[in-house]
Amino acid sequence: MTAKTIISRPIYGTLSPQPGKHHLFIADAEGALAITDMAGKAPPGFFDGAEIVFIPDPEGKHISALEALEPAQLHLPPSFASLLPRLRQTLTNAHMGLRLYLAGTEGLIGQAMQAALEAGVDHTSIETEHRGSLARRMQCVHCKGITENVTTQPAACSHCGLLLLVRDHYSRRLAAFQGVCINAEDRSEIPPMEEAFP
Amino acid sequence: MSTGTTKLDVVVSDVVPVNDLVTRFHFRRRDGELLPTFSGGAHVVVEMRDGDRTRLNPYSLMGSPLDTREYTISIRRDDVGRGGSLFMHRQVKPGLEMVISYPVNLFSLDLRARKHLMLAGGIGITPFMAQTAQLAGAGGNFELHYTCRTASLGTYADVLRERHGNRVRLYHDDREERIDLERLLSSQPLGTHLYVCGPAGMINWVRARAASLGWPPETVHFEHFAAPQPGAPFDVELAVSGKTIRVGEQQSLLEAIEAAGVDPPYLCRGGVCGQCETNVISSDGKFIHNDHWLSEEDHRSGCKIMPCVSRFEGKSLVLER
Amino acid sequence: MGITFRKETFRDDFTFKNSPEHIRRFPFPFNEDAYMYAVNIEPHVVGPKGSVLENLIDVDEHYVAEMQDRALVLAEDPLRCQSLPHMTLAGWDLLELLMEQQALGYPEHFTLERNGDRWRWINRPLGIDDTFTFGDVSTLPYGPMEYITRQSQGDFCILDQRDGNLWMDAGMVTTQADWSLDFDIGMNFFEWHAPVPLAHEKGIFTRALKFLTNIQQGKPARRLNWTMTVNPRLDTSPENYHKWGPDRATVTPENVGDKVHLRVELQSFWRLPRSNGIVFPIRCYLIKMDELVTQPKWARRLHRVIRDLPEELATYKGLTRYRPTLVEWLSKLDDDGPTSPGFGPD
Ligand code: HEM
Ligand code: FES
Repeated sequence: MTAKTIISRPIYGTLSPQPGKHHLFIADAEGALAITDMAGKAPPGFFDGAEIVFIPDPEGKHISALEALEPAQLHLPPSFASLLPRLRQTLTNAHMGLRLYLAGTEGLIGQAMQAALEAGVDHTSIETEHRGSLARRMQCVHCKGITENVTTQPAACSHCGLLLLVRDHYSRRLAAFQGVCINAEDRSEIPPMEEAFP
Repeated sequence: MSTGTTKLDVVVSDVVPVNDLVTRFHFRRRDGELLPTFSGGAHVVVEMRDGDRTRLNPYSLMGSPLDTREYTISIRRDDVGRGGSLFMHRQVKPGLEMVISYPVNLFSLDLRARKHLMLAGGIGITPFMAQTAQLAGAGGNFELHYTCRTASLGTYADVLRERHGNRVRLYHDDREERIDLERLLSSQPLGTHLYVCGPAGMINWVRARAASLGWPPETVHFEHFAAPQPGAPFDVELAVSGKTIRVGEQQSLLEAIEAAGVDPPYLCRGGVCGQCETNVISSDGKFIHNDHWLSEEDHRSGCKIMPCVSRFEGKSLVLER
Repeated sequence: MGITFRKETFRDDFTFKNSPEHIRRFPFPFNEDAYMYAVNIEPHVVGPKGSVLENLIDVDEHYVAEMQDRALVLAEDPLRCQSLPHMTLAGWDLLELLMEQQALGYPEHFTLERNGDRWRWINRPLGIDDTFTFGDVSTLPYGPMEYITRQSQGDFCILDQRDGNLWMDAGMVTTQADWSLDFDIGMNFFEWHAPVPLAHEKGIFTRALKFLTNIQQGKPARRLNWTMTVNPRLDTSPENYHKWGPDRATVTPENVGDKVHLRVELQSFWRLPRSNGIVFPIRCYLIKMDELVTQPKWARRLHRVIRDLPEELATYKGLTRYRPTLVEWLSKLDDDGPTSPGFGPD
């Protein structure tokens, strides 16, 4: 895609240890490596108050590296959807002083942040690091349906079928990029579909 | 574009001594209309005409925002300050006509909060009087921890206890009662916001503890009007208006600029809103920065000054005004 | 005497029109022959009688028809009106502001009686007479923001002020120039402005934000913004872009005067007293080219502005497809004569 981006496009950083008593890590895919990289900078005993939630791939890659950090808890849900009820419960019962660290694919970071926002956590206090696929979650502005793992530009809405321009405009509340009909003015114009978010 | 805030013509409707140090002042509109509605945490700037000099000091509104027939402020007597509080205590009597600003809120509640945790020290209780009234009226979740020197100097402690019962906890210095800050800050539900108002030392202590316990800065709110400090007189050249002025011992730089007929913008007159920010064209001497607005880097650079609270010592100062 | 409200539509058969008085009071947005983004903010004070600034909240001959169009949009898509949970208090602030301003400016059409927190609101054009308790949501048929903005022309965004920024946490947006409240709700000033070209680089938004966060109670401010719309359609939302987008391909030299509309937004900024938020009313005025060019100065000036508009702005405003046709049509009305400074017609 174009190098030029816009201000609503989220910017991810590099995880760094925050002050606080409890630390909750949520990661998928290569996000595990963001955690192990950060561990080198963490003060001694940091992981004694840490819970790591990791959604592993089918081969179970990176699990042993996370185990080696000896966190207070390591939880390995099969998918984000299966994690969500537990995550909501954890956040409801949590106290101020809990810090959040999200690492991995953009879809995971976005959806975990969405749950945190709903629990009253300010997005600026959340540490994030993007690793792995650039595939996007996209909201179709027309039918409001969310299409997961969008890798092409343009992309078809998986709900209403319109051909959508995947914009950089991003909503934290929806955890999604905006998709807008690319040929609304003249349906006969069908631009080629390219692989844009590998 | 705008200089200061819209003004309100008021009359002092009551003056009530609260304890040895604190007096409460009530204002009503001269035309008998209702005053503007305000939000908890708002302040007004009171104009004090004292002979040929005018002081403008900010004070938090402490009445319920639901009642706009009158505004109330409480002022602690400060025997070593620039005389604003002494003027109010000695000269202001019921019936006096005064001018105050429209309310401005630089310490507003974050209404997203799951819970509001408030920490007050001494006269820092005043904004919380309005905020607790506002929250109680709307069924909000709050808890107020109030530290005072002695029970007799615990301004409004009795009123607050009566209104809000257990949601108000008192700590008296003379009884060696101290807030267990570590425990308090560690036991708050996620989504709590913290508000502190009191002496600078208390604010710094609370902010530092909160930060080290993992409270993100967006959840910690503090109000500390830096009262303009007295100091040695100094001369200033105003390059744009072509005037040279002297800032008196008991005068702020902003007041001296205004006295020369130049009207820079302002809102808080306490070094927190940023409105009066002024560029320094040249200087030879030392800045005494008292504001909470400019960055440390700005302070060091000597390129900017907040004339409402900051001063200067040295040979020459030229400002872009 | 009061306003005579027109019976008209903003969809299907598009019967919307301006009366001759309304053409003259149209808030033409160009005070010179060129246009570029700027921090064009000024105090929102009352202007001359007979102008759109005669009252700070303007009600005009299109009021009833616009409110009917809004009701249609909301029936189709309730997501056009949203308020995050912490914004209810600001909704009451807005209700008070709009009731007071409308009753003040148009006493023959609106009456507000306040008796403590018992309020009675009479809206004669829409046949409403409601008594309710201020602050008690259960006494109104909708939340306070929705209730009053179903009875007020223009879109409304309510901004929460936190951490030196403004957050779009509530709004009623049915007459927008191609942006989505449902998508933007919860964003801050820089984020929701992200798609705007050039203005970020020019530092316009940083300076504007500094001004806005210091807006004082009782001292509202305003600015004008503009774009163009084919057919007098109020609901040019991204949600329905696939439905109205094809209109842009229908402009021909024969129908420019009737189809192409200048769309001007009178935007104002007000501090809200109880919530310390800011409300941003976006009042939209439409005028078709045939009506606009009845003022020769406007015709000349619009020609030059559209002809010389930077490409980025033209693309952002969606003019690309019909700009050449429009410029060609306007050029015939531009005799290269001088235009006087200022917005008004000569
Ligand atoms: C706080 C009140 C404001 C709100 C809620 C607001 C909202 C918006 C929105 C939603 C858009 C559309 C963005 C998109 O394409 O998705 C927009 C566009 C824009 N805004 Fe604002 N805005 C506000 C204040 C301002 C101010 C103070 C300025 C400048 C001084 C400004 C300048 C602009 C400009 C230049 C555009 C592009 C408009 C065009 O070319 O058609 N806005 N605004
Ligand atoms: S007036 Fe607010 S910082 Fe000086």
